[in-house]
Amino acid sequence: MSATTASRAYVIEGASLYGETTADLVLVDGVIASLSAADAPADSVRIDASGLVALPGLVDLHTHLREPGREDAETIETGSRTAARGGFTAVHAMANTTPTADTAGVVEQVWSRGREVGLVDVFPVGAVTVGLNGTQLSEMGAMANSRAQVRVFSDDGKCVHDALLMRRALEYVKTFGGVVAQHAQDPRLTEGSQMNEGLVSAELGLAGWPSVAEESIIARDVLLAGHVGSRVHICHLSTAGSVEIIRWAKSKGIDVTAEVMPHHLLLTDESARGYDPRFKVNPPLRTQADVDAVRAGLADGTIDIVATDHAPHPDEDKDCEWGAAAMGMIGLETALGIVQRTMVDSGALSWRDVARVMSETPARIGLDHGHGRPLEVGEPANVTLVDPQAAWTVEPSATASRSNNSPFGGIELPGRAVATFLRGAATHLDQRFEGVTA
Amino acid sequence: MRHLLDTDSLSREDAIRILDTAGQMAATQEREMRKLPTLRGRTVVNLFFEDSTRTRISFEAAAKRLSADVINFSAKGSSLSKGESLKDTALTLQAMGADAVVVRHWASGAAQRLAESGWMHGHVLNAGDGTHQHPTQALLDAFTMRRHLVGGGKDSGANGKALEGLTFAIVGDILHSRVAGSNIPLLRTLGANVVIVAPPTLLPYGMTDRSDIAVHYTLDEAIEAHDLDGIMMLRVQRERMTGGGSGFFPSPEEYTRLFGLDGERLRRLPDHAIVLHPGPMNRGLEISAEAADHPRSVIVEQVSNGVAVRMAALYLLLAGEEAAE
Repeated sequence: MSATTASRAYVIEGASLYGETTADLVLVDGVIASLSAADAPADSVRIDASGLVALPGLVDLHTHLREPGREDAETIETGSRTAARGGFTAVHAMANTTPTADTAGVVEQVWSRGREVGLVDVFPVGAVTVGLNGTQLSEMGAMANSRAQVRVFSDDGKCVHDALLMRRALEYVKTFGGVVAQHAQDPRLTEGSQMNEGLVSAELGLAGWPSVAEESIIARDVLLAGHVGSRVHICHLSTAGSVEIIRWAKSKGIDVTAEVMPHHLLLTDESARGYDPRFKVNPPLRTQADVDAVRAGLADGTIDIVATDHAPHPDEDKDCEWGAAAMGMIGLETALGIVQRTMVDSGALSWRDVARVMSETPARIGLDHGHGRPLEVGEPANVTLVDPQAAWTVEPSATASRSNNSPFGGIELPGRAVATFLRGAATHLDQRFEGVTA
Repeated sequence: MRHLLDTDSLSREDAIRILDTAGQMAATQEREMRKLPTLRGRTVVNLFFEDSTRTRISFEAAAKRLSADVINFSAKGSSLSKGESLKDTALTLQAMGADAVVVRHWASGAAQRLAESGWMHGHVLNAGDGTHQHPTQALLDAFTMRRHLVGGGKDSGANGKALEGLTFAIVGDILHSRVAGSNIPLLRTLGANVVIVAPPTLLPYGMTDRSDIAVHYTLDEAIEAHDLDGIMMLRVQRERMTGGGSGFFPSPEEYTRLFGLDGERLRRLPDHAIVLHPGPMNRGLEISAEAADHPRSVIVEQVSNGVAVRMAALYLLLAGEEAAE
């Protein structure tokens, strides 16, 4: 299977589009052919979508697929499967692989493997600097002009901390309309850091990762972006101060976008108290005041999108002492449920807003043509069906990811994606639909 | 008590019980025959991922005087230095039938991980984890304070009592000190007032906001402001000092001027005040030879009290378990 195009037609009956109006979605030849089941071909597979919310397929701007190099943690295939299960039709695969995605060759390999697997569109992110070393720009033009058509560049995992290099990168990507996605972390202020610097780190004796190490880089980069007239994207924003800086930058007309992670919407540094490394992540879980601020920022549009920072790690890197453990957590299958729990059920976001922050805007930032499009006739049939009533308890080992380092084990989420369609092909169908396709 | 991981989770009753038991243990150490049969047939493993001859020997002496079998498992020359994980080590100890594991580790939380991860079932005693806690050190400090300041030099006179109303200063690198990490909560639990003296660079986040702790940025200011019953000088780690622009203070000389305890400062303390140091000392840096060797210094006595307190901890964890069954 390549460049997934459905051979069979689906008719999704009685879905609530964006949680607003009830309609049918007829998916034929990779596009939305009609909003009325009456127009469906006779041999269409029928999906009863009563009670389900239909959204444009979700887009994750921040995923670690680990391939090439760490196939013990995740592969493009297993990562694509867990993404489809989570309701995603496109993911951006971060560049911190081995070898680093800093050449046209590597990004084309990732891109073509994604096409082969065919469950989600895998858009490789290119490294800003060679080997993520922060000293020499990678050949971003070659990656942009490759078959992978890279438009998002990031040294994620590391900060582009040299101000002059960051300025050059911001300017250079204008050539092809790209964007630099910054992992904002002052390296000197975070040497050896293990968790958020605060009362809990003081009590636990773990070296602190202070908010200012994130905020000072964001402040510098929005000023740089404003100065050179480029756009900049801020990865995994996590602090109340960062929200304030982005709000200020936008008020000045600076072309900045920002993302927040589901775990930063739900968890706080209190989770570190048991020294369980499943809660170790970079940037770290912050305080309740930060959680409240990023929720408010997402609700008022200061924060543009939710991205997962899905970061698989094998057991041996998590079943150990905190100081020896890797940073990161998986999150593709839980993202939607967490957004519903923290934002939708509280009334802070509508499902229309969820479509904006988890599909339309990430696709716009990443220049992902064909994704984040309206649920209208003639548009690509990239569709996610959400059951907002399907409460479930997260069981990390049940994930389709090769790794199970979820911090959400045992947490109840109110809903989840129950079906995902990529260009009209079902890439994920919940058990409830078993038999309908037979 | 199943484990001894930190002092935050010690109740006042448990803390006093350990101190009282340590008093009884200390009394047995005055006898000609110092060995007790209490833990005969039980196995205590000293698992040291960091060098610490003093603490290891103290635990070893404590376990042996209770007749336990002791296995020493140290980083140097063992699988621990070859990258064997804490988990695999724990599985090994479990398989060998360790009843209690005394663990020293560079990672904060390692003792709690060992106790709660399900890797092994024995009792865990934290002998120092990263920059977190070192509970038996705090208990031996409290034991020493109580003997001198509550019991009039005798443990029997202090039986059942806490450190109510006494005031202690802890001076030095509070940020990285597991000794301070354990002493502060324990002293508060026992009703003592805590005065912290450190440069602002060596204070943990939020310390100055605490209403139950007084913080001073020079030793002279603290001596002036409080009637101290005891003063605890912490060891200054040389690697914390200067270099690379990330030193926590400009020079050893400046540290000594502002924070060092010398004879002159010692004479400004109340007459009954005692001087403690967890060792090993940097004479001439955080403490002068005159202060270290002064009659009011109880630093050497802390070492012998360490054995009694560790005997008490091992006894209460291991023998207490049988009483409960």
